[in-house]
Amino acid sequence: MKKRTLALMLSAALCVGLLAGCGGTADTTQSPAAGSNSPAAEQSQTPAGTELSGTVNTDGSTSMADVMAAFQESFGDIQPDVTVNYSGTGSGSGITNVLAGTVDIGLSSRALTDEEKAEGAVENIVALDGVAIVVNPENTITDLTVEQIAQIYNGTITNWSELGGADAPIAVIGRDAASGTRGAFEEIVGVEDQCVYTNEYESTGEVIGSVAGNPNAIGYASLSAVDDSVTALKVNGVAPSEATVADGSYEIQRPFVMVTVEGSQLAPAAQAFLDWAMSADAADEVTAAGCVSPNA
Amino acid sequence: MQLIFFFCGFIAIAFVLVITVYLILSGLPAIREIGLADFLLGREWASTAKEPKFGILPLILTSIYGTAGAILIGVPIGFLMAVFLAKVAPRRVAGVIRPVVDLLAGIPSIVYGLVGLMVLVPFVRKTFNTAAGESLLASIVVLAVMILPSIISVSETALNAVPRAYEEASLALGATEIETYFRVSAPAAKSGIAAAVVLGVGRAIGEAMAIMMVAGNVANMPSLLSSVRFLTTGIAVELAYSSGLQRQALFSIGLVLFLFIMCINVILNVFLKRDKEG
Repeated sequence: MKKRTLALMLSAALCVGLLAGCGGTADTTQSPAAGSNSPAAEQSQTPAGTELSGTVNTDGSTSMADVMAAFQESFGDIQPDVTVNYSGTGSGSGITNVLAGTVDIGLSSRALTDEEKAEGAVENIVALDGVAIVVNPENTITDLTVEQIAQIYNGTITNWSELGGADAPIAVIGRDAASGTRGAFEEIVGVEDQCVYTNEYESTGEVIGSVAGNPNAIGYASLSAVDDSVTALKVNGVAPSEATVADGSYEIQRPFVMVTVEGSQLAPAAQAFLDWAMSADAADEVTAAGCVSPNA
Repeated sequence: MQLIFFFCGFIAIAFVLVITVYLILSGLPAIREIGLADFLLGREWASTAKEPKFGILPLILTSIYGTAGAILIGVPIGFLMAVFLAKVAPRRVAGVIRPVVDLLAGIPSIVYGLVGLMVLVPFVRKTFNTAAGESLLASIVVLAVMILPSIISVSETALNAVPRAYEEASLALGATEIETYFRVSAPAAKSGIAAAVVLGVGRAIGEAMAIMMVAGNVANMPSLLSSVRFLTTGIAVELAYSSGLQRQALFSIGLVLFLFIMCINVILNVFLKRDKEG
């Protein structure tokens, strides 16, 4: 009997999940102005100063998962009746979906291309993310130029001794082809479609793990994902940190973008969320997620 | 009551049908767009490049080589182990080993991958002094260990099914025990052993999780010490963030893999049927 109840509950949960997935933006309505004097509204910095309700559907970059989780939690305190949904499908599909109107806000972990802007996509930068170049702690190299990094990744330099390190082959570690981090890295360093990878992984964690376990390895990862198991290299003499990313001196960085569509009116809840994310109030959440806020 | 049985039986068939139809429907558009020859025989896979290339020949060859390598290592060991368990080992020893083999079959594939990554990969890197140990070789070893349990248990069942009279006749004619096992028992059980091999092929070609951790996942043409991408890992590595033609092409890889496994199943059924009749 217990099992059956459990099975029923599980199937019910599945059904709810299915329905939730179908939920469009149509139900995103502003609550009646009657609730305008609630305590929550007084704390909030939304322009209207009113308590909103509804659902904000966001979709896109998987690199933005940490930032979005922090945003969801804090925005839930400010506007308890607004549900912010996030699904990580990749920057490309986030931009496609917001242009197609299937989500309210698209998420991209790279700057928009001119092509995308021509289609009406609008770039709202909510955070800056440094892409750290990581090596094994046993590696004696601590500083590389962008040029040298490019040569390692396009296969011109294949041995650490060419850079003044030990005589060992370089294991070039990267992400899978659809990754936003890979797209950002290759674009910034200028090695698009030329990379000669030794290994490819489908997540940042696996890249860090692989570099931590292999003294010959070099890899790239979001600054926020770097831990003590690997060494983050200086690039052109600048160590990656929040400060060097914010002032632009650390070169390998990318923006986290909330994408909206030009000329189309956002639902009030979505507009409030975007305004809040772009304001200085959200800077703490951005920092907590390991990124740097451009709006602080 | 009969209706319930009929319904349950129908569900399995329905799933197979739905999956088949779905795979064909979602796999064909990309093949049509890329071209069958370019897709199957293209030597380069660069799914997100400015001029994307969708050639899966490296993936197909890697899957074939990897499976062949695993069979080459796994089948002799598995067969000899089955002979040991079925014929040679004292009852009590076999009683200990058999549950251990069954346990080996129950270990989740990600655990095989993890052990391979922590132990095998550094070993390959240091032994051959390569940049990274993730390679076809490491994948073959992991796959060989993974297919052992199915090869052992199916071969053992086949060997046990050989009528005792055959072996007694052989022994009575003066053959030694070892001669009897290899000249009489094994040939009598050959279709069962062949079924074990085919089952091993099926397991090896369909495995994704374990080898994703030790293969390196770059779509090179396969060579023993370089990073390679299997058909299965080709789908798993890129699916999460894929879109458009890239995603459709991943379904096409799934279709190719599906056809491979269908062929293997047909061969398996032929062997099993012959076993029953013979």
